[in-house]
Amino acid sequence: MPEWLTQAEFVIERDPERCIQCKVCVRQCANEVHRFDAELGEVFSDSDKCVGCHRCVSLCPTNALSVRQVELDFRSNANWTPQAIRNIYKQAEQGGVLLTGMGNPEPLPVYWDRMLLNASQVTNPSIDPLREPMELLTYLGAKPTRLKYEGGDEPRLETELGPQLELQVPVMFSTMSYGSISYNASLALARAASEVGTYANTGEGGLHAGIRPFAKNMIVQVASGRFGVDADYLNAAAAVEIKIGQGAKPGIGGHLPGEKVTAEISATRMIPLGTDAISPAPHHDIYSIEDLRQLIYAIKETTRYRKPVGVKIAAVHHIAAIASGAVRAGADFVAIDGYRGGTGAAPTMIRNNVGIPIEFALAAVDARLREEGIRQDASLVVAGSFRCAADVVKAIALGADACYIGTGALVAMGCHLCQKCYTGRCNWGIATQDPYLTRRLNPNIAVRRLVNLLESWRHEIKEIMGGMGINAVESLRGNRDHLRGIGLTDRELNALGIQMAGE
Amino acid sequence: MTKTKYLIIGNSVAAVAAVSGIRQVDADGDITLISRETQHTYSRPLITYLLGGKVGEEQMAYRPADWYEKSGVNTMLGTEVTHVDPEAHTVDTAGGQTIGYEKLLIAVGGTPIVPRDVQGADAEGVFTFTTMDDADAIANYIEEREVRSAIVVGGGLIGLKSVEALIELGISTTVVELADRMLSATFDETASTLAQRRLARAGVEVRTSTTVAELLSENGRVVGAKLTDGETLPCELLIFAIGVLPATGIVQGSGIDSDRGIIVDDGMRTSAEDVYAAGDVAQARALLCGTNRCIAIFPNAYRQGIVAGRNMAGAEAQWEGGLVMNSVTIVDLPTISVGVTEALGEGYEELSQLNEVALSYRKLVLHEGRIVGAVFVGDIDRAGIITGLIRERIDVSEIRDVLMSDDFGLISLPAAYRERVLSGTVNRR
Amino acid sequence: MKRIRICEEHCIGCGLCEVHCVVQHSRSRNIIRAFREERDGIVPGVKVERDGHLSFALQCRHCEDAPCIEACMTGAMHRDPETGAVLCDTERCVGCWMCIMACPAGAVQRGASGKVASKCDLCIGEDVPVCVANCPNEALVLEDDGDD
Repeated sequence: MPEWLTQAEFVIERDPERCIQCKVCVRQCANEVHRFDAELGEVFSDSDKCVGCHRCVSLCPTNALSVRQVELDFRSNANWTPQAIRNIYKQAEQGGVLLTGMGNPEPLPVYWDRMLLNASQVTNPSIDPLREPMELLTYLGAKPTRLKYEGGDEPRLETELGPQLELQVPVMFSTMSYGSISYNASLALARAASEVGTYANTGEGGLHAGIRPFAKNMIVQVASGRFGVDADYLNAAAAVEIKIGQGAKPGIGGHLPGEKVTAEISATRMIPLGTDAISPAPHHDIYSIEDLRQLIYAIKETTRYRKPVGVKIAAVHHIAAIASGAVRAGADFVAIDGYRGGTGAAPTMIRNNVGIPIEFALAAVDARLREEGIRQDASLVVAGSFRCAADVVKAIALGADACYIGTGALVAMGCHLCQKCYTGRCNWGIATQDPYLTRRLNPNIAVRRLVNLLESWRHEIKEIMGGMGINAVESLRGNRDHLRGIGLTDRELNALGIQMAGE
Repeated sequence: MTKTKYLIIGNSVAAVAAVSGIRQVDADGDITLISRETQHTYSRPLITYLLGGKVGEEQMAYRPADWYEKSGVNTMLGTEVTHVDPEAHTVDTAGGQTIGYEKLLIAVGGTPIVPRDVQGADAEGVFTFTTMDDADAIANYIEEREVRSAIVVGGGLIGLKSVEALIELGISTTVVELADRMLSATFDETASTLAQRRLARAGVEVRTSTTVAELLSENGRVVGAKLTDGETLPCELLIFAIGVLPATGIVQGSGIDSDRGIIVDDGMRTSAEDVYAAGDVAQARALLCGTNRCIAIFPNAYRQGIVAGRNMAGAEAQWEGGLVMNSVTIVDLPTISVGVTEALGEGYEELSQLNEVALSYRKLVLHEGRIVGAVFVGDIDRAGIITGLIRERIDVSEIRDVLMSDDFGLISLPAAYRERVLSGTVNRR
Repeated sequence: MKRIRICEEHCIGCGLCEVHCVVQHSRSRNIIRAFREERDGIVPGVKVERDGHLSFALQCRHCEDAPCIEACMTGAMHRDPETGAVLCDTERCVGCWMCIMACPAGAVQRGASGKVASKCDLCIGEDVPVCVANCPNEALVLEDDGDD
């Protein structure tokens, strides 16, 4: 049955004046969009297969290519959008669940863009970060309520501090498992984290032997599938994170198809070669908050209380209560993943319709923990779309200790957000295990780009803070007075705990 | 008596390479180079190109005009050495000079074979063709006598190149070859056939399984040749190109061991202390069979010169073994042959591809998992990859099936060997 | 001297190195004109070899003990004293193909005219060879191993 009802989403425009038939595009498209006709001596493009990843555009030496999103000639319909129509065509033809990759792209309000930051003037002078010290150093982990010192000429701290993660910049690389991304990408994230002095999260891919050398900059995850988890795994890393939920697909588990479980992945995840790697929705040993506490302490025992053990939850309804429960269960840090968070594969319906924005989740959780007097018992890490340094500053002002970046890191490595990660044909060598494609991500280049990104943001954060007249990230954290809302309703302003611009 | 540190007899490939070899180690030691020929070092293989007008005199120089000076070489050209005295560390010249040396290199090359039993071979218009002087003499004779027809005796490489030169000059030429096919020493039967076909298309007459018995002359000049098979061919010019023998005459009476050539070890040392030999005159270890043979091939002579020079100057250098290899274009058909071009018996395997119409032929000879020889006719692209595999004795049994494919390249080779090639160190000694 | 190191594991087989080599050795130095008008007359000095997902770009290694220089019967193959690169003087080359026979990497080609040898010249005159400069994945890296 021909797919005559499904239409191309993109059209390729090739400038015949500029095309030199070099065939670089032919070789580089994993979706086989371009082909060379030897008889005619010309390259032809089959736009139907184009996913809009721009690989060919980027590599074309004469800039002869362009990719345009096709605005189909349906009668314009704000309700039955072209995407909604296409989705039905697809399901009617093939059956099955609609799959997608990356984060929620729907045009719902981005609240970071409706928050504005303060700047110093006149009475509270700005600070120039190039001339004066600016402290971004951030510690993640449980903090004591009070510090006890032993007196004398040289006071000594008596209070024992719990294990902490030390971040040179309040940004970490979010969970992206080896299996959903390539080994080169995983390695690059680990190396970059190590170089900058922050952390990367292994996700549920296990800890590959090649990444082991960077383990002291890795947070390892214990997810519902428990892939790769053994005592060695837990003890090698800097911290352990129990994954309860993920922003892109709250409530459901994960599924890495057997075809993608290569020998390397099989070894790293400790599962048989070629079997599906299914992460069930719940941890089958966590059905109550007490169960969570039990697991947290089991891990703390295994790691001799030497590493922070945290919990990652998706931002959903009653997030404040859930987070509070997690903190009381013994979590040293709580990571909250908002609905814009990315993924390698998720059902489209769930990705686009489940979960709540991280802005509200963060505001609610931070407020609740402070109310209950337990804010210091756990650090708050937020995830779910931080696109720039300003987003990070706003998040800290709202109450976060640090931000996880996922999509941002992938984009730094070359991702063009075509959302086809689940096909395994990532043209940029990131979300694939195909050896022809994985070569395209040179870890050396990727590390350089990631480090550049974090260093740029570090500098921008300092500039913004300096402009606000503060020189330490502690002065920014939870200080909602630095934020003003714009275009927000009263209820929204209330929920975020910020005033309106002009006030 | 003149004394020099390094004395080199010879002025061609091995001699030039020896100078380079010495200078790699010793920047200052005196080098004296002595040669019977009068010209600045020239590319011997180009003499046929010179005759045919494909290159001019200015292109004949093998090294730039200031090369001797820049290399610190004192030259004695047009001087013949008559006697070598290894005990006294001296050589005598025809002009009565005696030159003392610390280290001596004999790189005198070969002398062309002239058959002794051919009557009338002393007529005018009969030449051998191995020097630039020969090229000049033949060119003059052709012009003076308005030569229109010629015979080349010998269907080997020199004969072939001579033929081409003559065709360039519009002279109708016949080749007379003793074996049953041309280039029998270089090619297998198939390649010989293709070569002969190309020559035929160019209007060259070939007579095989025969040779000249007697030369006919008039007024002292050659006018024809009687062949052993009975046929008589007219000609106004005749070139003997039946082979070259190492010029070992120079060491007669000196006590230096020689066989077909001057015997040398892997350091190019002769049996006499401080005396070395290199190039066409030397008999050194052959790579594939392991015995000492005279392999008079340009790159071999060069490498031997380097090895000799370095050893003379006191550094380490090893001769890794000689390999027969030739690259020759027949009219416009390029050909390359390396090593053993035919199966020698049990344990040998031949892989080949032939396109008779296109005159294209590729063949590999394998022995115990290694390539020991190859012939390329027409399609010679990247032939050197095979040369490298032969020379380095790489086991190709795992990749036997891709050796002849169109996609064959370095990427088909074992990764460890490929890495050596890509690092540019495969040839490093 | 400067050498190009080939990093096989990073080559993506795109062929951009070949494209830029052609442009660099064209008369127009303009990519569109070079490919439209001059392509047939240029043999790129770099060639991509591909086998499945493996690939790498090969150009002359400018070997220290270059077999092509030893085999060259006219002295056309020589080493440039300044850069250390192995170059072919096409005025002296007579197309005997001894170099093709001798090069273990198969890095020497017959030129477009079929009369002289052609190979990588390390982009004489440029600081960085264009294949290195334009490789999108740093599979070709310029290294300086000091003076030899």
